[in-house]
Amino acid sequence: MEPQHGDRPHLPGPSLYPIGFAAGVACILVGLIVNPRVIAPIGAVIAVVFGFLWARDATKEYRGVPEPIEPERREVRPTAEAAPVPADRGEAAMPEPEPGERFPRSRFLEASTLGIGGLIGGLVTLPAIGLMVVPAYVKQGYPDVDLGPLENFTEGKWFVTSFSMKPEEGEVARRTAYIRNNGLLNGDPSFTIISNRCAHLGCPVQPNGPVQDNQRKEVKGSSDQKITLIPTIPAGGFGCPCHGGQYDPEGNRTAGPPVRALDRYEYEVRNGRLILGNPYSVTKVKGEGKNARIHKYKLAGPGQHVDGWEQFLYPLQPPH
Amino acid sequence: MATAVRRRKSARRQRLEAAINYPIDWLEERSGLVGGIRYFLFRKVPSDTNWMHTLGSATLTAFLVQTLTGVILAMYYKPDPNSAYQSIQHITNDITLGWLVRGMHKWGASVFIILLFFHMARVFLFGAYKYPRELNWIVGVTLLVLGMLEGFTGYLLPWDQTAYWATVVGINLNGTAPFLGPFLADFLRGGSEIGGDTLARFYSMHMLLIPGLIFALIGLHLYLVVRLGVSSPPWSREAAGSDWAEREVATDGRSGLTQPSARSGWRRNAGEGE
Repeated sequence: MEPQHGDRPHLPGPSLYPIGFAAGVACILVGLIVNPRVIAPIGAVIAVVFGFLWARDATKEYRGVPEPIEPERREVRPTAEAAPVPADRGEAAMPEPEPGERFPRSRFLEASTLGIGGLIGGLVTLPAIGLMVVPAYVKQGYPDVDLGPLENFTEGKWFVTSFSMKPEEGEVARRTAYIRNNGLLNGDPSFTIISNRCAHLGCPVQPNGPVQDNQRKEVKGSSDQKITLIPTIPAGGFGCPCHGGQYDPEGNRTAGPPVRALDRYEYEVRNGRLILGNPYSVTKVKGEGKNARIHKYKLAGPGQHVDGWEQFLYPLQPPH
Repeated sequence: MATAVRRRKSARRQRLEAAINYPIDWLEERSGLVGGIRYFLFRKVPSDTNWMHTLGSATLTAFLVQTLTGVILAMYYKPDPNSAYQSIQHITNDITLGWLVRGMHKWGASVFIILLFFHMARVFLFGAYKYPRELNWIVGVTLLVLGMLEGFTGYLLPWDQTAYWATVVGINLNGTAPFLGPFLADFLRGGSEIGGDTLARFYSMHMLLIPGLIFALIGLHLYLVVRLGVSSPPWSREAAGSDWAEREVATDGRSGLTQPSARSGWRRNAGEGE
């Protein structure tokens, strides 16, 4: 029922509810002074109840049962022979679309709704998907790790060396390498640094031989991180506990499922300290110690071939 | 007892029923939900369905158990490399009923996967994946893959040695897939090395991303089940999901498979209508 819009003021019918409402408000005001815990809430309840009843009473006229609405009927579209339709008939007055006209308004609205909706959806979704995917591939890489003075690495001995790749991340970034000082080669110190990451599926390989835990040494590296050195005698090379991959002391695969030799780390010596560099992949090592000839490849994940025809299965590597 | 004498309802009883029906009618008038639920629960199924047909809803129940227990475990679990293991120990040993709910979640995971396979075996052996239900088979296989991913991502969360190295191996296995494998491994790890991001990432996938997908696909799965009807067992003499059996019983021995062969009910009836 449409409210009447006329010049005459529209007065609500007489009602007693405003009195109750006023009594409630008065009760609140008195209660705030006398007893805000009990009287004021009672007044509030009275005011709310009577306010509701008053509002309901005052709007009774507007809330009457709506009259049944006549269903909308479309006018029959005039045929070409029919007389022209007055402009006030709305759409019916529009001329028939030209044959071949491709963008009537409804089509335009349809396309723009879909287009704008898709644009907004993309603007919202793409950054979120980007946050999920992109950080895994950027700002990667291996920091240099200071492994302490050279004197700790006795010449010709192996050390299980554990260090943290990112000291700020805590124990989860701890990594282990097997390090042997090979003595001097052409006047420069030579080291063999083998990663303990198995070339099969990445479990930690163990030395096949005694680990002299009672001779453990702890060295301070850079940013106060703790480097642990434990002497070991991997006479039988290295072996993986997960699936039984076996390697000789130079890291060459001798048995089991690994697809290549153990990875190694680059290194350099700075101010008499051994600095660990980037890891790289190795297919095989000929010779031993400082005379070893290492077949070196770009770092690949465990289980990935870096030579032979299978290398073409892994043409691209994410940045490491 | 269809002819039992109906006693006239007392006025009090009528008022009580009106009071009970009022909110139901209110909801139904505004949403159609009551009728929808009634349609879902009391729809026609073949008369010779058997216990094998309950494996799907058993799987759904197992998934709902995982959802409920998982939501509550998430209130106590801390997805941080330095405290994840301790929080699991805390849940198991200290918190009241923590051992029970964690146990339900842990063993329920296996129950869910086992029931999934049983359900799948039933559908396969009954030939229920055939036309017109191929799409539902595809949705179901996708659900199986997502269920396995739930197992993979959830396995890391206790953050003990088994969890850690099993995940290292699992991620590196993915890394050996040709061409995109190395990128997939980096995506799962959240970088080139496993670390704190890996744990948080697995946690998010385990409790938000994959369950969301599973819920959506279960909705689609159920929609298709309701739309297409339940299939009869292969030995059935009835056509499935409708009253075709009243019209005719095909005699070519394939009647239970609801294949739209030239002899099955609706095709022939449609032909007669022309």
